Amino acid sequence: MAPATRVPAVEGWFTTGDDGAAPALLGSRCVGCGTFAFPAEATYCRNPDCTSTSFETVELSRRGRIWSYTDARYQPPPPYRAADPYVPFCLAAVELAAERLVVMGQVVDGVTVDDLAVGDEVELVIDTLYSEDGCDYLVWKWRPLGATAPGQEA
Amino acid sequence: MPDDKKVAVLGAGMHEWGKWGRPFVEYGLAAARDALADAGLGWRDMQFVSGADTIRNGYPGFVSGATFAQALGWTGARVASVYAACASGAVAIANARAQILAGLCDVALVVGADTTPKGFFAPVGGDRKDDPDWLRFHLMGATNPTYFALYARRRMDRFGATEEDFAQVKVKNARHGLANPYARYRKEVTVDEVLSSPMVADPLRLLEICATSDGGAALVLSSMEFARRHAGGGAPLVTIDAVSTVTPTFPNTVIEMPNFSTDSAAASTGAPGAAATGFRPSIATAAYAEAGIGPEDVSLAEVYDLSSALELDWYEDIGLCGEGEAEKLLRDGVTSLGGRVPVNPSGGLSCFGEAIPAQAIAQVCECVWQLRGSATGHQVERATVAVTANQGLFGHGSSVLLSR
Repeated sequence: MAPATRVPAVEGWFTTGDDGAAPALLGSRCVGCGTFAFPAEATYCRNPDCTSTSFETVELSRRGRIWSYTDARYQPPPPYRAADPYVPFCLAAVELAAERLVVMGQVVDGVTVDDLAVGDEVELVIDTLYSEDGCDYLVWKWRPLGATAPGQEA
Repeated sequence: MPDDKKVAVLGAGMHEWGKWGRPFVEYGLAAARDALADAGLGWRDMQFVSGADTIRNGYPGFVSGATFAQALGWTGARVASVYAACASGAVAIANARAQILAGLCDVALVVGADTTPKGFFAPVGGDRKDDPDWLRFHLMGATNPTYFALYARRRMDRFGATEEDFAQVKVKNARHGLANPYARYRKEVTVDEVLSSPMVADPLRLLEICATSDGGAALVLSSMEFARRHAGGGAPLVTIDAVSTVTPTFPNTVIEMPNFSTDSAAASTGAPGAAATGFRPSIATAAYAEAGIGPEDVSLAEVYDLSSALELDWYEDIGLCGEGEAEKLLRDGVTSLGGRVPVNPSGGLSCFGEAIPAQAIAQVCECVWQLRGSATGHQVERATVAVTANQGLFGHGSSVLLSR
């Protein structure tokens, strides 16, 4: 069987790292006032005192600290494409210090809420969200940097 | 406060909350007829109809004001329909109030009703890759309880809240709702029962997360002058003294449904007024300021307990206590019936489930009955001032202050 084609599940929100560089979320930075946004803004700045319409695409910090976290014990409804059988996963809201914003995302497979704590450092990775018709659809996820993270040596 | 800033609540009416899947119009119509009867007025007396929309019931739901007006029978009354997610009912009230205070009409009918699908709320159908509400389900599997759980975990981490505290909120509200004829769930529960119900989004369990319900609620509002002319002299006249429909203030640094991220505070360092406050605390603050009173004047509150833990956030956000003190307020019984300031004497969303466009109106109905002293079986003693609080998706604040 041919290896699955890797396709971002959403266009332009992150780099996949397939070119050898570390993957990153793609946000915008307002040229006028420096406000960041994720997903990227192209038409307006959220700062009420800024009327700039110029934005540069920037890679956001790859590491951040957990602002809060939870899990999904029940299968979310469509348009989420759950694996069959369903496997619960964790989600985390992660604070990026440089951008001063909080970004949500799933946590990598195999982590439970018992492995997480507010303030823990996590790192962005690209992982498969779902597979369909020979394609792996990719999304960003957070991986704990602590010794408790599965798949890592203690 | 001066009469020219108040509107009178002449009638309040509700259809029982439940899960029947019948047309939403039926629930709204029943609530409207109850509110009209309560006001002692006829449908033909209504000069303005203000509808709170439902987005899961086709075109009639998007033009709810006209849908209800047609169901009651066309009379030529003026109409408006509004959608503001969970805050739709409050904005419908605000619209009717503005018409009355501007002198454009004397008396208005406000109606909201919903029929909801089973299970988790899913986004509206279709492949909609430009809609953050669709994308958060698709890319993260982030349901509404996901966000409620993030807040709950923050309380545990920052303030030492426990799973028992959250369960106690459910136990309290279940007790409050026992005698409420409009509540969907009227059954006492114990802390053990709550803590042995299935985990949905850690640390929140099934019995701590608000269900989705069918229901309808309606109000008849009028100018103070109309109310005096019409006064029956029975129950004390209840007035709406403030309605807050505020939006957030940039930078909003708390992650909110259905967003992927917060605002960035990077550009706001040191800017005047850029203190990192979340949106929720600003909602009731605006209502208090408008009415010229403070949280110390409040006899009771109806707040949006989408989860048990979220009710505790609201205690702080509506000023009943300082940050991190909500658990103590709960444990001390301050917010239970018989306490100093009962919260959700109706039983709250915990006993109702959420019927989105009807819910903020239902909160006001409960306050009206409490202030009249007619909330049989769940009456707050000597209630004089009531506040509601709620927050709708995409930046919709909702808080109504009432007094008698």
